Amino acid sequence: MANLILLKEVGEAMNKAAIDAFPNECCGFFFGHEVGEDRVVQEVMPVENSKEGDQRRRFSIDPKAYMDAEKHALAMDMSLLGVYHSHPSHPAIPSEHDLKQAMPWFSYIILSVEKEAVKNTTSWQLDEARKFKNETLKQL
Amino acid sequence: MAQVIIPTPLRKFTNSQARFEAAGNTVQDVLKALSTQHQGLKTHLLDENGELRSFVRVYLGDEDINFLQKGATPIEANSIISIIPAIAGGIV
Repeated sequence: MANLILLKEVGEAMNKAAIDAFPNECCGFFFGHEVGEDRVVQEVMPVENSKEGDQRRRFSIDPKAYMDAEKHALAMDMSLLGVYHSHPSHPAIPSEHDLKQAMPWFSYIILSVEKEAVKNTTSWQLDEARKFKNETLKQL
Repeated sequence: MAQVIIPTPLRKFTNSQARFEAAGNTVQDVLKALSTQHQGLKTHLLDENGELRSFVRVYLGDEDINFLQKGATPIEANSIISIIPAIAGGIV
């Protein structure tokens, strides 16, 4: 299985977004390049959680924010590699809802966060059978 | 011809092409042409009845076609159609 490599500032930006949003879920996109089998994440784009209702348990991203992310990737000559979101006071394991909405190819980063710190970060990708497989996540 | 912007996660089904061009009178015409040319896309775009899947949005310019005439929305030669995956999830 390929590695997903996060630059230090990228990991820090995701952690900060998760802590700042607590007890709500944060969400956003990340960009970078594929290097052989690996993916190197170079930039993070926090996005407003547009879920109407309980944002402690759900997140949603506005379609126009998605369009902006695709445009940004093209403008910066990077790939839109995936989506991150936090699980406040819950493990960094994808839920049924995460699975149902997932797209092929994207990496899905999940941060398990408590009030003052991120406890664990994982990344997942759909396989051919539409099941999540854990990606190896490396933080530089 | 109208242009379709393919979202990054579906480009593995279009030989990494970000854009697809096709002629047609409606959004549905163009999406049908797209899924005919790139069969792998079909299951991710359309359900067994040929309708757009609920977790895929389609925009004509800046407008969600659900607020226009859905698949029957007329297009012009220079129309830009964006396929947008619904991005959502959460702990439950």
